[in-house]
Amino acid sequence: MKEETTKGKLGDLLFFNLTRAFAALTLAMLVGIVISLTWSALPSITTFGFGFLASSEWNPPADRFGALVPMYGTIMTSVIAMVIAVPISFGIALFLTEMSPTWLRRPLGIAIELLAGIPSIVYGMWGLLVFAPIFGEHVQPWIAKTLGHLPLVGPFFNGPALGIGILAAGIILAIMIIPFITSVMRDVFELTPPMLKESCYGLGGTTWEVVWNVVLPYTRVGVIGGVMLGLGRALGETMAVTFVIGNASLLSNFSLFMPGNSITSALANEFAEATPGLYTAALVELGLILFVITFIVLTLSKLLLLSLEKNSGGGH
Amino acid sequence: MNLRTKRKAINAIALTLSLSAMAFGLVWLIWILVMVFDLGFSSLSLTLFTQDTPPPGGAGGLRNAIVGSLIMVGLAMLMATPVAIMAGIYLAEYGQRTLLGNVTRFVNDILLSAPSIVIGLFVYALYVANVGKFSGLSGAVALALLVLPVVVRTTEDMLALVPNTLREAAFALGAPKWKVILMVTLRSAKTGVVTGVLLALARISGETAPLLFTALSNQFWSLDLSEPMANLPVTIFKFAMSPFADWQRLAWAGVFLITLGVLVLNIAARVLFRQTKAQH
Repeated sequence: MKEETTKGKLGDLLFFNLTRAFAALTLAMLVGIVISLTWSALPSITTFGFGFLASSEWNPPADRFGALVPMYGTIMTSVIAMVIAVPISFGIALFLTEMSPTWLRRPLGIAIELLAGIPSIVYGMWGLLVFAPIFGEHVQPWIAKTLGHLPLVGPFFNGPALGIGILAAGIILAIMIIPFITSVMRDVFELTPPMLKESCYGLGGTTWEVVWNVVLPYTRVGVIGGVMLGLGRALGETMAVTFVIGNASLLSNFSLFMPGNSITSALANEFAEATPGLYTAALVELGLILFVITFIVLTLSKLLLLSLEKNSGGGH
Repeated sequence: MNLRTKRKAINAIALTLSLSAMAFGLVWLIWILVMVFDLGFSSLSLTLFTQDTPPPGGAGGLRNAIVGSLIMVGLAMLMATPVAIMAGIYLAEYGQRTLLGNVTRFVNDILLSAPSIVIGLFVYALYVANVGKFSGLSGAVALALLVLPVVVRTTEDMLALVPNTLREAAFALGAPKWKVILMVTLRSAKTGVVTGVLLALARISGETAPLLFTALSNQFWSLDLSEPMANLPVTIFKFAMSPFADWQRLAWAGVFLITLGVLVLNIAARVLFRQTKAQH
């Protein structure tokens, strides 16, 4: 009997420490990513310093590198994607939680979640072979004729209608992140206590007034968290962007019709062919910059979502 | 216009917009799926599974890419699943309120959405750069690192669903904690844990970015894990970007296979998950 207990205790000790070691491994992975990327990027960091962030030169033969062009591409495609995807996702989440008949809610919700699981290479390939030709032939000339003549935003929408380019990449990215943002928004909308909503309906509020004055203020933090989560995805997305952005490391003007490069597309296209040394180090530094940016965005998103959960868990 | 009509009008406009957002979203998604299934299905043939990837202009299939993908995905699952389940057990059973538990949970959620291309770079810097060449094994390692956070998260969630009375009953019989966890808690959460494994499998089946720096690709049939290894996603990338019609057709066929596989895995995970929920 006594022997059994000691064996059990020993087993407990072993098992506890084993699982703890594996949990710590996840932490070690994060630290490992930061350290190993910094180490590999060191030649580039020491050579270019902070000038790396400000230079738009990307010239492998001369070993001169700057992150401005890919950073512009990453930020612009993500901004375009968010401008399109956030209102659309809000509309879909509103439809799913407040308008849709109950029998339609489940199938539509499942469809959205399945679509979030489709690999990004599918979106990218469809974007290049199906979307871009149609976009370049029919939509871009029309945009250039209307938006291109406006005073402030005009320069963004001028230039040759190539189909591919920063704008097309942003649109494909938007289509891809709509399911992500929608499913977070729907989940946080459902956290609103029915009591609150019914009180507003009881006072004669319309569906829109309930959503705008009750649901949205109550879930504001969570909605922002969901949007940030989508932003994190958009910033780090590779394939959907690489197919359609056009891969040009030149930045001659601000037109969104022009081909460009994002951090991820530069890595995807150039890395395997890059010569070891400064070229590879500069590409790794791009990856490090991307990781740091997405890490900050995702951390904020997580903190916001957590604080909403805590509030609704404690208060009601 | 009195206040009531104005409010009603605003409501009608908002709801119409919401309906059109739903329609807008669905149109794109249906368009993509129809194209993939239409073009993909018409490019399917038996040679797809019996011949290797061709040079431009030649006839061929995707055999080496399909087999390479299966090998790397399989290896990745074998490497990551046990580690991830153990880490999930720690989070759910030992570390609910400890500092290590909280920090790990937080970091794990961040890694869940971290860009996969960075994971590829990490494996490159740590492994490929030191060995000096691209290899199938490094591709499997990169995929394994992507599986880890998914399975850790679902394992923890599923173990948390197991009612405490079950654990207490086992403790009351004098079982040590590790036995309770392995033989009672984990066993009753089994279907849920399998759900997580399926979701992770679906996630890595279509991952392209991390493989670009690790497994690269191989035009020929090769089972050697220390050599560059063919795989579906990178082959699709290469073929779709090419100007050759034959290659593009093969790329559509490959995308069709991946989409179909991922959809089936996701649906299977969903069905299993509903069973778990019904149990508790």
